[in-house]
Amino acid sequence: MIMRDPAAVACLAYIALIVLMAVCAPLIVRISGWDPYEFDQSAIDPDLGGIPLTGGGRGWGGISGEHWLGVEPGSGRDIFARIVYGARASMLIALAATLLTTVLGVVFGLLAGYFGGRTDMVISRVMEFLMAFPALIFMIAVLSALPADDRQYLLVVVISVFGWPYLARLIRAQTMSLKQREFVEAARASGASRAQIVFVEILPNLRSTILVMVTMAVPGYIGTEAGLSFLGVGLVPPNPSWGQMIASSVSWYSVVPAYFLVPGTFLALLVLAFMVLGDRVRAAVDPGGLL
Amino acid sequence: MSEIVLQTKGLKKHFPITRGIVFQSKVGAVQAVDGVDLELRRGETLGIVGESGCGKSTLARLLVGLETPTAGEINVRGQDMTKLRGGDLRRARRNIQMVLQDPYTSLNPRMTVGDIIGEPFEIHTDVVPKGDRKARVRDLLDLVGLNPDHINRYPHQFSGGQRQRIGIARALALKPEIIVCDEPVSALDVSIQAQVINLLEGLQEELGLSYIFIAHDLSVVRHIADRVSVMYLGRVVETGRDLEIYEQPTHPYTQALLSAVPVPDPTLRGHRDQIVLEGDVPSPANPPSGCRFRTRCWKAQQKCTDEDPMLTLRPKSAHASACHFAEVRDVVHAVD
Repeated sequence: MIMRDPAAVACLAYIALIVLMAVCAPLIVRISGWDPYEFDQSAIDPDLGGIPLTGGGRGWGGISGEHWLGVEPGSGRDIFARIVYGARASMLIALAATLLTTVLGVVFGLLAGYFGGRTDMVISRVMEFLMAFPALIFMIAVLSALPADDRQYLLVVVISVFGWPYLARLIRAQTMSLKQREFVEAARASGASRAQIVFVEILPNLRSTILVMVTMAVPGYIGTEAGLSFLGVGLVPPNPSWGQMIASSVSWYSVVPAYFLVPGTFLALLVLAFMVLGDRVRAAVDPGGLL
Repeated sequence: MSEIVLQTKGLKKHFPITRGIVFQSKVGAVQAVDGVDLELRRGETLGIVGESGCGKSTLARLLVGLETPTAGEINVRGQDMTKLRGGDLRRARRNIQMVLQDPYTSLNPRMTVGDIIGEPFEIHTDVVPKGDRKARVRDLLDLVGLNPDHINRYPHQFSGGQRQRIGIARALALKPEIIVCDEPVSALDVSIQAQVINLLEGLQEELGLSYIFIAHDLSVVRHIADRVSVMYLGRVVETGRDLEIYEQPTHPYTQALLSAVPVPDPTLRGHRDQIVLEGDVPSPANPPSGCRFRTRCWKAQQKCTDEDPMLTLRPKSAHASACHFAEVRDVVHAVD
């Protein structure tokens, strides 16, 4: 049913392309001929402050048969290779953060919703604290204070810590309503343990909620990662990242607009694709409420 | 008389009313069930009737162990269910199962019928060996009159009556002796009600089951029950064989309840002794002293305020009635 929707198929195809790029990055770079850290002085004009050479078979922003998406002004690094590796960082961080937030959100949401009382009170207060907290400022402060090596793990942890309450709150509310249903009573009456009730009776009924929240969370985290890198607290150079590329293109935008356009387009399309797909998934799994 | 399979003594359930969030203090209690004595014999159906809020459903939940009683005993096969814990309780629960009211919410929409009916086997793993479970589920489907080939369907693919049959099959899975039916037909169409009632009766005959049948529909209870207990505000006010209750009610509340049953014969309308009660049911958090029905009773006297009437045989009542002034009054037949 979702496969008959052209928008959803286009989004899936684009996401598949980016995922493929991320997974096969070293292979792709070997085919294109340039690795993301390699400087190409022959592609830039040192007399003009290092803007990419044009003319002589080279297009806009230095796009040529050799550099498929042009070169970075100033250094001459291959943009295509940096996009490919940037996709890797972007997807890895977004997916890992989504996985971690989902696990945290589902576990704490179920605990709070099912057990209620004091457990719920403690978890709910923690969630409210995290949601009321100025997360972005805190992320910038923490990330710039901590050492820069292994920044990607730190990014995942920080994003997840502030991200899980949004899912957990939803799961908590649904669990509270589900545990009042008669089929849960029926299971309790036949002597089911708490674990059996939570995992066999309640969790499968949360499947569509979780699926929708996950597809909506991924683009959010891609954006967050790009934003943090843009602000200089995400991945550190020379590791390529889309946000970082956009940040460094800011000073070149009037002379080399291609440098800004390429990562910007990739990022915008990826976020859009996940958003549209999430919306379509929601419509497909939840046609007017649960069964 | 056949043996007693279930007996409750002074069964009570009080829900605390608390105030405050961090430092909770108990400010009162809703006395949902307040001292109920029941006896259920093998192969018998005990009907429990009463208006909404009288504690029927809480009683059912107590019997199957969904609520822990505040006081009292539930004896099944000589074991007091309220004192059992852990594995013993789980084993004892097999013997007393429940059919729930709403067939639309009582089946998990994400599970197949086979998983729903087979779930008790997953919980009580020693009842049926793993390889035989599927066959047993098919037998159960057949027993309740459903097609065993529908084992892989989901609940939303069935009608209300069929869903209730699935609920019954689930209750039968562990071969219990007692089934508590909490308003099993009140969510169904009238035409389907009869089918489900007949199924329950057929199963009783075939498997020798004992039913506790809770309903607010007096005619349904009359049809299926061997004995009837009438509840009012957490207590049983009158109990006896179905004919005794329906033909010779002695408690004023039962008389009022029966007189409210619609008459199918239009020529009898207006020729019947109709009792219209005044006022509302008092709050179970603050029930009246003495007899709980006295605030709405036309016979109430000082004695009713001072003395709580016991559920016992009375000079003018051949069956147990909790009224100081119990007396037969025919409210079902026409009086000209």
